Formats: sequence, structure tokens, C-alpha cells
Amino acid sequence: MAAARSRPNRAGRMALNAAAYAVTVFLLLPTLIIIPMSVGPERFLRFPPAGFSLRWYAEYFHDAEWIAATLFSLEVGLIAAFCATVAGTMLALALVRGRLPGRGLVELLVVGPVIVPHVALAVAMFLVFERLRLTGTLLGFAMAHTVLALPFVVFTVLAALYRFDAELERAALSCGAGRFATFRHVTLPLIAPGVVSAALFAFIISFDEPVVSFFISDLDRKTLPRKMFEDIDYNISPTLAAVATMLTALTVLALLAGFVLKRAAERRAAARNG
Amino acid sequence: MLTLDPGRNAGSIAIEGLVKRFGPVRAVDDVSLDIRAGEFLALLGPSGSGKTTILMAIAGFEYPDAGRILLGGEDITWLPPNRRNLGMVFQRYTLFPHMSVLENIAFPLKMRGIGRAEREERARDALRTVQLEQMGARQPAQLSGGQQQRVAIARAIVYRPRVLLMDEPLSALDKKLREEMQIEIKHLQREIGITVVFVTHDQTEALTMADRVAVLDHGRLQQIGAPRDLYEAPQTEFVAGFIGETNFWSGTAAIAAARGEAVAVRLDGGGVMPATAVSPLPPGGRVRLALRPERLRIAAGGEGLEARVTEAIYAGNATTLMLQAAGGQMLRLRIPAGAGLPEAAVGEAVTLGWQAADARAFAVTP
Repeated sequence: MAAARSRPNRAGRMALNAAAYAVTVFLLLPTLIIIPMSVGPERFLRFPPAGFSLRWYAEYFHDAEWIAATLFSLEVGLIAAFCATVAGTMLALALVRGRLPGRGLVELLVVGPVIVPHVALAVAMFLVFERLRLTGTLLGFAMAHTVLALPFVVFTVLAALYRFDAELERAALSCGAGRFATFRHVTLPLIAPGVVSAALFAFIISFDEPVVSFFISDLDRKTLPRKMFEDIDYNISPTLAAVATMLTALTVLALLAGFVLKRAAERRAAARNG
Repeated sequence: MLTLDPGRNAGSIAIEGLVKRFGPVRAVDDVSLDIRAGEFLALLGPSGSGKTTILMAIAGFEYPDAGRILLGGEDITWLPPNRRNLGMVFQRYTLFPHMSVLENIAFPLKMRGIGRAEREERARDALRTVQLEQMGARQPAQLSGGQQQRVAIARAIVYRPRVLLMDEPLSALDKKLREEMQIEIKHLQREIGITVVFVTHDQTEALTMADRVAVLDHGRLQQIGAPRDLYEAPQTEFVAGFIGETNFWSGTAAIAAARGEAVAVRLDGGGVMPATAVSPLPPGGRVRLALRPERLRIAAGGEGLEARVTEAIYAGNATTLMLQAAGGQMLRLRIPAGAGLPEAAVGEAVTLGWQAADARAFAVTP
């Protein structure tokens, strides 16, 4: 009886697995095709490539415009990640520990940048930034990307804070530590993996961000995604594929690092409770 | 070994008219308490009695809606917890998991700006006080529950506070370890002369450890006194029922009686028996009679309350008889072994009696 019932179950499970893998491959394929395309020797993007060459990677490193866009993106990403992490961590703490009046409203506002379509945000930012002469500036980009990354930081740090035993903060206070010393010596070290993975997340969000960047870039100062978009309009050279490949690799690495950190934090929490 | 300088009243606590509301509930309802320096005071009550809220108000984690808290005569009601200089041990061990045992104990000293060398020396000293001198380098997760709680105690006394607050510190431990720790904490308290305020819902724990016990129910202080007073002279029906085992009867006062006077009580099931009035009783007033099982006696002579033995439970040091009185009331009677007192078998009819001083009559407020 059990065997008879388990056979169709197993078939069903295999069909489900197959479907899941098919979807995964379908989603990944475009990204994966970029990789062989980036090592083709010809002047135009082509699949399958007619040989193997790293010349387009070399091209990228020798092109001042590509490098400028990359450095600008890095700069914006680091600043946005820093600002979003500091502000987001403080906000998460206020939401969990504070007696915040209008807490519901604050929570809604935090989710805002995720819900509002990025195009709408981008237009709004463009109109405001234009008037303040912030388009194409480091400050403008950093502010825009901080806003976009903030919700993700808040969610990640909130999750870490919910795992954290709040009684430890009371213990620290009873030991004579003030509010700030308690945060610095007890809360922060214990939620650090969450905060670091939030910072990585924030960086990736900024580094990858195309829509808002498209609107608030100008001719001199543009981020890497905007530069890539321009390139596809004018050149369609395999350099684009090379950049896309490197970008993908960087993102995957950052996400992996975040994942490893999160696992480490969970293991630590488990060891503590065990 | 850590010891406190004797003298002065630095470790005394006065709670005056404390009120704390949580929404519509009065968690603490006008409680006043004087805790003497060097005393071991237990706050005892069922859950929701307000005992933990009082402790949290002393610790500074809850601010009262009314009333004051004085520490050594100084008003600390509104002082933040980190500036009260009190030791606190929590129900769960709450050691900092990212610090070693020694770092945990040194943490309060670090917060007080004490240099590394002195910190370490004093932390080791405190670790010795709780008999864990070998464990300093371990991580908290590597210790057993009992050891972790000892480290928590060391962390709470390392800066020599006058008062140690303990919030059900032993409830997470198993029975045997709990009993060991009770003795150890009591010993430690005597040795260093610290005032201890100890919250517990376990009456045995409160009676065995405390110099005085404050019994709370529904946010109100029911009675405060030495364990013996609580057991032998409960002032309210709640205390009589909460501390130890008690038989309760309902009845009416046959005559008027002032507080502390002997009174005859007409029991609802029939029979008139002697008791002591705990509060003034008007004639005919409704009464609850409380009587300990070991004070109930099988009377040799004819006079008394008729009852039948329904069960006899032998427990080595005592035998407990379950009885049904003539009016249907169920009673427990305990006969200590070896005292030569009359016993009875199941099904046997017996006559019950007691001393007027052992039965306490509480006025029932309608």
C-alpha cells in the first residue's frame, strides 16, 4: 500500500524538480550566454563565439570612459551603502526598541521606495535634482541610491534584531553601560553579520541601479549601468558583454559573502541557544 | 573573597505607594515595602501578582505611575538603570555570548572605567567567589546552565553593589541543581552582606531562602513577614491558601469577636468548632476557616466533627488521610510518623478536633 502510494508521489516530485530546473535554466540562460559572447574575437556580439580572446576585457581596462564610469559607480555605491547602513540600522533599532510615535507611518515610508515604481521615483528625483543642480553629481547619486537601498537595510537589520535577545541589553544596562555603550559593546557585535550583509546588499543595489541613474546622470558623470546602456545604443561591442560578465561575477560574489555571513550568524545564534 | 563594608544603611530600599498600570490593569497597586540593609527578601506570588514589575521598577526598567523608590534614603525612582549601581541576575542567564566568561564578569568594571589589570584581578576574584576559577577563558555556551547562572551572579556582584536583584534566577534549572544553588546563594549573601531582593513563584524557595517574604496577589501586598509568621499566622485568606497546604471551610461566626480573639464558628456542613478571628467578626458574619492538615487531629474523645476516611496515603515521614466530613466537605489530615498520634484506616469513621489557635477565621467581604 505504502509502496503503491509512494510511486506516483516520486514521479510527481521528479516532474516538479524537472520543472523547477527548467525555469531556473530559462532565467539564467541569457546571463550565461553573455559569458561566451564576451570572449569572442570579432568586433560584433555574436553567439556562438568564433574563438577565444580576452581582448574585450583588455579594451575595457584601457578605455578611460569605462573606467571613469566604474569608479564613479564604486564611489556612489560605497557612499550609498555606508549612509543607508547607518541610517537603516538606526531606523531598525528605533522601530524595534523605541517608543516611536507614528510608528506605522514610519514603517510605511520605509517600504515606500520598494513599492513606488522606480521610474516614478526617477522622474521625481530628476525634477527636484535638476532645480538643485544635483544631477550628475556624486552627492545627488549618493542620496538617490541611499533612498533606494534603505528599505533593504532596514529589513535585513530588523531580521537580525528579532533574532537578538533583547534581555542582553537590559543585562548590559544593569552592568552600568549607558544606552550607547550597550549598543556598541553588546547589540552591534551581535547583529554585526546582519549589518554587514545589509551593507553588501545596499552596495549591490546602488551598483546595479539603472533606472534612477539613467535620469539623473549627465554627460560627464554617469554610472556603469548608464554607460552600458549608452554603449548598446552606439557600439554593441563585445566590451559590453565583458563588463556584464564581470558585473555578474561581482554581484554573485557579494551575495555569496552575505549568505555566508548570515549562515555564520545563525549558527552562532543556534550554538547560543543550544 | 568579596565583602562589603558594614555599617550605614546604603543597602536599604524603601518602596512607597508604588503603582504601575499596564493599560487598564494595575500590575502593582499601591505597594509599600521596607527592605532592610543586608536582608534577604523574597517577593512571592503567582504569575501576574506584580512581583516582577516591582523588581523591574527597583532595577529601573519600569518607571512607576505613582510612588517612590528610595535606595539608602536616596530617591532613585527616575534614575536610569545604568546609574543605579544595583546588581541584577535575570531568569535566563543573559551572559554576553561574544565575550568569554572573564570578559563577561569584567564588563561592569570596564563600564566604570577601571583599568585592565585591576579589572582582571577583580573579575577573577568574583569568579572564585562563585567557585568557577578554572572557567574564565571559556565561552558562556560551553558552560552548563548552573555554571552560567553562577557567572551571571559573579557579573552582578563584581562591582560590589549594595543590592542584588534576582528575577527567578533558578527557575531554568532542574530540581537538584536548584536546591544546591539555593544554599549557595544564601551562603554568598551572608558572606558578602549584600541586600538581596529575590523574585520567585516557588513558595518553598521563598521560605527556605528568605529572611522575610512579601506575598503579592493581583498587584497588592498581602503580607510581609518571616517565613514562620506567614505559615503559622497568615493574615489573609490568599496567604493561607498560597503558602503550604490548607483546608478551607465556609461558615458563620456564632458570636462577635475582635481581632485575635477566640470565636466559635458554625460550619456550613454542620457542627460548631473553635477558631481564632484574624479580623474583627460580627455575630452571624460569613467566615472562611483555614486549618493546616497537620493541625487537624483525630480526637480520642467523642466531641468534634464527624468524618469518614476515604483514602490513606503513606509517604514515609507522614501519612496523609483524605477525609469526608458529615457535610460533604473534603479534608486532608496529616499524621507525622513516630509521634504516637492515633491513626485510622480507610472507611473508618473518626471524630476530628483542633486547637482554637490553629484554626484561623477570615471575615468574608461580600
